Amino acid sequence: MNRTMTCILCPNGCEMTIEYKEKELLSVCGNRCPKGASYAEQEIKNPMRNIASSVLVKGGDLPLCSVRLSAPIPREKIPEVMEEIRRITVSAPVSIGDVLAPNVLGLGSDVIATRNIEKLH
Amino acid sequence: MTFIHKQAVIIGGGPGGLAAAAELKKNGIDDILILEREHTPGGILRQCIHDGFGLTRFGETLSGPEYAQRFIDDVKKQGIEIVTDATVIGLTRDRKVTAASKDGLLQYQADAVILTMGCRERTRGALSIPGERPAGVFTAGTAQAYINLKNKMVGKNVIILGSGDIGMIMARRMTLEGAKVQAVFEIQPYPSGLPRNIEQCLNDYQIPLYLSHTVTKIIGHNRLEAVEVSQVDENMQPIPGTEKRYDCDTLILSVGLIPENELSLMAGVELDPRTKGAVVDEFYQTSVPGIFAAGNVLHVHDLVDFVSLEAERLAKSVAAYLKEDLAPAEISIETGGLIGYTVPQKISGARDVSLSFRPRKPVRGCRVEIRQDETCLVSRTYPKLLPAEMETIDLPAGKLLSKSNIKVVTVDE
Repeated sequence: MNRTMTCILCPNGCEMTIEYKEKELLSVCGNRCPKGASYAEQEIKNPMRNIASSVLVKGGDLPLCSVRLSAPIPREKIPEVMEEIRRITVSAPVSIGDVLAPNVLGLGSDVIATRNIEKLH
Repeated sequence: MTFIHKQAVIIGGGPGGLAAAAELKKNGIDDILILEREHTPGGILRQCIHDGFGLTRFGETLSGPEYAQRFIDDVKKQGIEIVTDATVIGLTRDRKVTAASKDGLLQYQADAVILTMGCRERTRGALSIPGERPAGVFTAGTAQAYINLKNKMVGKNVIILGSGDIGMIMARRMTLEGAKVQAVFEIQPYPSGLPRNIEQCLNDYQIPLYLSHTVTKIIGHNRLEAVEVSQVDENMQPIPGTEKRYDCDTLILSVGLIPENELSLMAGVELDPRTKGAVVDEFYQTSVPGIFAAGNVLHVHDLVDFVSLEAERLAKSVAAYLKEDLAPAEISIETGGLIGYTVPQKISGARDVSLSFRPRKPVRGCRVEIRQDETCLVSRTYPKLLPAEMETIDLPAGKLLSKSNIKVVTVDE
């Protein structure tokens, strides 16, 4: 089968035409760098995504602390990981890079803070 | 009232202003002040919690707050003065800056003024959509601020008008937070945001994107109840008989960004009607000597990385300006074919420059030429050009034949 896909790894957003059979990539063209080919292969086998959200903060100068994952996870796991993120509450202060939930769902990716939150005096 | 003297006053502490300040300091300018109207620096990045920032500038993918923090830390480490909660309300041709702050009126006389005020969103009023004015109609950035900074969900059943990047990012965000995003409607026959956002924000969540469609009526009295959507013809006029009603409680508008140039106009800075930002030379100097501009106040960028890089180039020019005269920019750049605009719009010819441009509509396999005196100086072929993606073309100074104007054009193959 043939299809076109847009590589999402960088802002170039290469439009690629790929040929594949079930979960096997046969050919790829249109990619400007080798990352495109490995992205296409990953997309066919098991699409990976990073997601961003936010968690509640107690006693902080903002009500929320933004978070993201330290590494991409399988796209199909996004709803379950969002459930985990929703359960997290942290207490101020929070620093960028703080691990708020290690190895979420055993996927090898941490939920990390992406904002500094000061303690409200 | 006395004016405090500063070598450089930077108006706006977002990514442009922060990058300019840090780079100025690194180029030997010590007497710098950043004026920021919000309580904390960082600008719009504070609410852009999605990732994908920094790939060009730092070689890694960061969220907006993380990206901003790197520059905030750099500015703080270098001891650069930053006054927050201070809104600049006056700017004159001779570079007097007036700001309203918590400590009252602040007045500065600057040797150089750097404009990094960013841009604003186009609103419902600018679109003139008929109907009442119920609650539930938000610009994408306003919805983003409510959800990401204030912890207020704006709605449950959402329609998005406009395929701008922030609209698509909010489609994903609201879906992840439990809302139903029914569809995105775009009046133009092509998307206005980046292809990667269509892929990861819409396609991943099975949110349909309808091109050549727009909202023609807003229905609801206290709260939005529905919108009427129509197909449009090639002149972007609604086609009678194609109206369709979508029940919803929220309409998100992602219909364009406009550089925020009220202060520039106050100082007599000439604006380019195509970019709605200042006309600048390769030093990012505006038509008013000593007033410089970069970032989204100059022309709307797709990616913050390019804002930072532009502001850093500006800072090098400003540092040079504060020490010596800059070469006069007498060569104007005209555009032709599908080229929508270039930045800069004029150059000195004394050094190599990189011109940023956008096409007016999508085109594949397109050759772009820089011409002077009917001679082609530079030719480059692009596999595709999209209005959503800013491109660049380099012009080495050695290629110039004279001081006559140059023209950047697309060529039909």
